[in-house]
Amino acid sequence: MNIHEYQGKQLFKMQGLPVQNGIHCKTIQEAMNAYDYLGSEIVAVKSQIHAGGRGKGSLYNPETNELVMEGGVKIAFNKDEVEKYASSILGNKLVTKQTGENGKIVNNLYIEAGCSIAHEYYLAILVDREMRMPLIMASKEGGMDIEEVAENTPEAIHKIHVDLSKGLLDSQINTLCNSLELNDVAAKSFAIMIKGLFTLFVEKDCSMVEINPLVKTTNDEMILLDAKVGFDENALFRHQDILELRDLSEEEATEVKAKDTGLSYVKLEGNIGCLVNGAGLAMATMDVIKLYGGEPANFLDVGGGANEEQVKTAFSIILDDPAVKGILVNIFGGIMRCDIIARGVIGATQALDLDVPLVVRLVGTNFEEGRKILSESDLNIHTAETLAEGAQKIVSLIGGEE
Amino acid sequence: MAIWIKEDAKVLVQGITGKQGQFHADKMVEYGTNIVGGCTPGKGGQTVNLQGKDFPVWNTMKEAIQTTDADATVIYVPPPFAGGAIIEAADAFDSLKGNGVIVCITEGIPTLDMIKATAFVNEKKGVRLIGPNCPGIITPGENGGAKIGIMPGHIHAKGRIGIVSKSGTLTYEAVAQTMSIGEGQTTCVGIGGDPVNGTGFIDCLSAFENDKETAAVVMIGEIGGTAEEEAAKWVSEHMTKPVVGFVAGMTAPPGKRMGHAGAIISGGKGTAKEKVSAMESAGISCANDPSEIGKVLLKALEDAGLR
Repeated sequence: MNIHEYQGKQLFKMQGLPVQNGIHCKTIQEAMNAYDYLGSEIVAVKSQIHAGGRGKGSLYNPETNELVMEGGVKIAFNKDEVEKYASSILGNKLVTKQTGENGKIVNNLYIEAGCSIAHEYYLAILVDREMRMPLIMASKEGGMDIEEVAENTPEAIHKIHVDLSKGLLDSQINTLCNSLELNDVAAKSFAIMIKGLFTLFVEKDCSMVEINPLVKTTNDEMILLDAKVGFDENALFRHQDILELRDLSEEEATEVKAKDTGLSYVKLEGNIGCLVNGAGLAMATMDVIKLYGGEPANFLDVGGGANEEQVKTAFSIILDDPAVKGILVNIFGGIMRCDIIARGVIGATQALDLDVPLVVRLVGTNFEEGRKILSESDLNIHTAETLAEGAQKIVSLIGGEE
Repeated sequence: MAIWIKEDAKVLVQGITGKQGQFHADKMVEYGTNIVGGCTPGKGGQTVNLQGKDFPVWNTMKEAIQTTDADATVIYVPPPFAGGAIIEAADAFDSLKGNGVIVCITEGIPTLDMIKATAFVNEKKGVRLIGPNCPGIITPGENGGAKIGIMPGHIHAKGRIGIVSKSGTLTYEAVAQTMSIGEGQTTCVGIGGDPVNGTGFIDCLSAFENDKETAAVVMIGEIGGTAEEEAAKWVSEHMTKPVVGFVAGMTAPPGKRMGHAGAIISGGKGTAKEKVSAMESAGISCANDPSEIGKVLLKALEDAGLR
């Protein structure tokens, strides 16, 4: 789960970490009031969306698609500029490298006091899956696209793995300070900051904390000028405070609906809906549809022990997508018997008045009975024995290759 | 021989009194797994009826292992407590026997809990963790065998193919594919779809390489992380037996979690394309479609003079 920058900075502040004063705003008037309140001549006017690359993104009018302004993060030198930037940002669509073409409507702003920057750094904490340890990454090359730095000069990114039973060691912090070539004053400031940030990462079960840039001021103070914070969804049960920061408007509505009913759904660009049990098989089903010339409309995993009700919800979620022209159901009946799945499919198609072609492939426990139930129904359901056959059938039923 | 789990392995069930634990324990007994009892804190002294027979429940894993001399345990404990259940089992196996296999089925364990649990297990040299978020491990026998997990037992048969996979139902597809060309399995291991897990691809490949009964291996990967790439490198350097593969997620978009917590392409890393190309260049033939795993495996067996 991701949160906005302004929420991340509130968490940092509560942890005693060095951030600039800032105010979350939802209107132009609030933004102008924030400028007065902050009392800083120079402020940053920052678009708040759950995606990176905001600074280099572009704002468009959501109706006309006309370009409104280049850059989703602006430096304002007076109140008039705050008004100008806030009105160009709020309610418009921000398209960045990470949002995709459709971009995201900006409903939230963050007005933050400026500071005098001597140098920009990159800092991140994440989980190294292969080493099974938290990993701290830091670089002197802050403020820019870190993926490019990793690609072109990987030696410029310094990495420290932290053993959770020992915690972050002073010797490791010293190593980082040396790599970043910090002077004594800045190193002291960095040490306090990184200890606090690592504590926050562990205590709140973060999946990632990325600060780009982390800055050194002209007074050799380290300040967290950015806050990209993500949380491990599996751990949210023990963090009610974090759960309250969730902004549902930043998430795909059908994906939220699916999650609430215990299904795993991801919307894609194609027109063949898929309903599958198991995440690996669901991905494989999408791949095979593509292999035979179709385009999957979604990823949908109904789980290993799906019941009739979940199958029905799954159908309704797939059909919420107007692009869907046909559906492929691919179930490997293990513990769940195929005859039960077949009855679920029939119940769902009747209840929802399904009017697009449906291909069902059932294998595993009681598959003969499942197929018999489907073929004996008077509904327009096609069956397939293999995944390849199922994919070919649905592709041809919706009119072949596009 | 099979790997890690013999056909007659003695198995405990952690969380045996819960709905999931009891349901699957019953299925395991039905398959022929040598279940010797279970463990649920606070329910010690009770019994659980599986397939018409009563099985004892203990409060702690230490008591359970002391009494039964179990070889393995399977965990169906809810996510908030599963990390602790792994640590308890590892500690009990290590202190009482010096070895043991822990199979964790639970999905949804916090990543930091798994970091702590895997660090603990790694210090106990004789103890192995499989999973979490996996279907488990199965060694089919002549009659029954050892099914430790949630996979449908009846689709398997004893044979000479080893299977290792990150996915559940896709593993069953792979099993069905081996059966379609008349081959059975030595052992099938589901290593799970979480970002941080116990046993990995290389552990399994290396065990299959050393197992006399295993003739070839099917390896099923999916997007996320770099475990497939590292396994491919290991195969090219150490493996003499044929390995074939499949990687799910060619069409998965970046930055989206595809069901499994670990199945996500992040920072441009972990794509299926990279994995398949690493595997192909290590000599692992990959199927484009899971329905073709059998065909690819048959060709690999023929090329190796095994058919």
